[in-house]
Amino acid sequence: MYQLIKQIIKTGIKTDAAPLPDEALRVTTQRLHEEILHVFGSALNIRHVDAGSCNGCELEIHSLSNAYYNIEGLGIKFVASPRHADMLLVTGPVSRHMVTALRRTFDATPEPKLVVAIGECACNGGIFCSNDGSPDGGGESYASCGRVANVIPVDVVVGGCPPTPTAILQGILTAVSAQKQ
Amino acid sequence: MPINHPNLHLTQLAGAIPAWSGNIKPDDLQPICRNVHDGGGRLVALWGSDDREQGNGYSLHIALVNEAGLICLSVPLPAGQPGYPDVSSIFPVANRMQRATYDLLGIYAHEGQDHRKWLRHGAWHGGSFPLRKDFDAAQSLTDDADNYPFVQVEGQGVHEIAVGPVHAGTIEPGHFRFSVVGEKMLRLEERFGYTHKGIEKRFESMSLQQGAKLAGRVSGDSTVAYAWAYAMAAESIAAVTPPERALWLRALFLERERIANHLGDLGYLGNDVALSFGFTQFWILKEQVLRNNGALFGHRYLMDSIIPGGVAADLTEPGKRTLFEECSLLEREVRVLRGIYEEHAGLQDRFIGAGRIEPRLAAQLGLCGLAGRASSQAWDTRVQFPCAPYDQLDVQMATYRNGDVAARVIVRFDELFESLRLQREILGRLMPGGELSLPLEKLPALGFGAGMVEGWRGEVLVAIHTDTDGNLARVHPHDPSWQNWPALEHAILGNIVPDFPLINKSFNLSYSGQDL
Repeated sequence: MYQLIKQIIKTGIKTDAAPLPDEALRVTTQRLHEEILHVFGSALNIRHVDAGSCNGCELEIHSLSNAYYNIEGLGIKFVASPRHADMLLVTGPVSRHMVTALRRTFDATPEPKLVVAIGECACNGGIFCSNDGSPDGGGESYASCGRVANVIPVDVVVGGCPPTPTAILQGILTAVSAQKQ
Repeated sequence: MPINHPNLHLTQLAGAIPAWSGNIKPDDLQPICRNVHDGGGRLVALWGSDDREQGNGYSLHIALVNEAGLICLSVPLPAGQPGYPDVSSIFPVANRMQRATYDLLGIYAHEGQDHRKWLRHGAWHGGSFPLRKDFDAAQSLTDDADNYPFVQVEGQGVHEIAVGPVHAGTIEPGHFRFSVVGEKMLRLEERFGYTHKGIEKRFESMSLQQGAKLAGRVSGDSTVAYAWAYAMAAESIAAVTPPERALWLRALFLERERIANHLGDLGYLGNDVALSFGFTQFWILKEQVLRNNGALFGHRYLMDSIIPGGVAADLTEPGKRTLFEECSLLEREVRVLRGIYEEHAGLQDRFIGAGRIEPRLAAQLGLCGLAGRASSQAWDTRVQFPCAPYDQLDVQMATYRNGDVAARVIVRFDELFESLRLQREILGRLMPGGELSLPLEKLPALGFGAGMVEGWRGEVLVAIHTDTDGNLARVHPHDPSWQNWPALEHAILGNIVPDFPLINKSFNLSYSGQDL
């Protein structure tokens, strides 16, 4: 016990300052009233759904919980069920085998809810899909439905392969901030 | 020759590891597999290819490993009835690979015990096969439900717990079907394929360079191992050796990947037994490794740092000093944390005896990699077939025989310290200057090459077949999770449901790597 407490004291506080929201990440206009955003902004519950990712984005979502990003210190928590969630954080191109599960998870999340698509694949299908054919780069293949927006409505997208924890945090904070004109 | 059999004519492949290839007839498949099995060898991978454009039928390919090296055998099959003798009766681990090969290519094992689908759910219908060259995606799509026939356990008081595909934590999707009495687990059956995104088909429309990026995204936590195995396979076909500096840097990247993942897992294993202190501490260290990667090599996980022909990232002299300092910090801190873990009674109580796989069972199941070494399976590609620069590094293999969660933790600690030692050694030998890569634009026609690299989880294999123009005709990436997922179904037997997350984490297997 002595060693453990000594280590905690020696480690000190590592947390960095949180990033500011970035309007460029928003893909639809803010649907939620400011009063709700105020509540979300100080106590947000997130359910993560891997809809077919390579596990790269998951690594960075895990990093959000480390002492440097300290996401719980901002009042943001990852929860075990969509029924407890205010926001879905969706990664990966949506594989055809995950379409039903993703839709059901979305339906199980109570309104008002927000969806943030994390990573290049979730934004446009990424490297797993050929983007040559479709007019807006939705990225589909025999096994993949491409970007998350092809399956459920998306509020904010965060590109990158994988996006850094700071970028993911910025996406989350953008989704719960009031839209600037 | 690595195997003696009258009908077997092997050719040695050029490249970094001892590897051979050869064609055999279907009738010789089982005797040769038996021969390798009885000599202590293992099955590494099994895949198929559509060779009809070259005027042939299909082929089954298997990669075996014994003490001599990697043996890749091809079994040409007629286009009309592409069946081959069952391999799973000799190597049980072949079961899911054979079923996946049928789902994707339509070649099948005679006499196999289990003919259920594996990677296919409902996205394409049963009579169509995505890896056939004439596959028409538009005609094959369905919206059928999965309806997978799980094995039912009957008896008084037995009930099922269905978990997934969307899990409670931030992890990849898969389905676990537990049959339990009270809290005790009687049976676990896994159902995967949820993240199947057509990776193997995607390779076929890519250039060699694009393929390297895709290989690095088969399983994001093992990007270095995959990119290296892919590059090794390509370099084997082209019969070229990358510059020395590139090889040293590759080994540095691979050990850094191992360090980062082991740190992360050790943190989560503490967290899973309610010691959140462990998570906090280890993830501070992991974050420092990732930040150094980002600052020195331009990517926190080193994606796209290895390319066919060499590497795409370099290390400066000041960067070297940063990494030496990182080594000192990690060695000091991990030693303190290891002491705390070892003396924490509550933590050890949960670790010891949980999720045990006896060495005998591990050998039967072909358990490999880190989990295998925790059950006395002494296989480590870096030690047995040390490609440059490992041939100069004298890697010490970590093995343990208890096969429980505690053993997998001990192996992680031992490997972590060994990787730090290797990192110091590599930094010390990395001289300034020198080329980073040689040009490797295109591969020779109708070539075959294989690369095998000991990733942090276990051996990663990538096999490349080229067509008549030297383009990628077929690329098969193989994850060690194929070997180790079935073992998890055994490891949990007799344990209680609340220990499943801990046991699962102690293996930490890839879904995306096996779903492809």
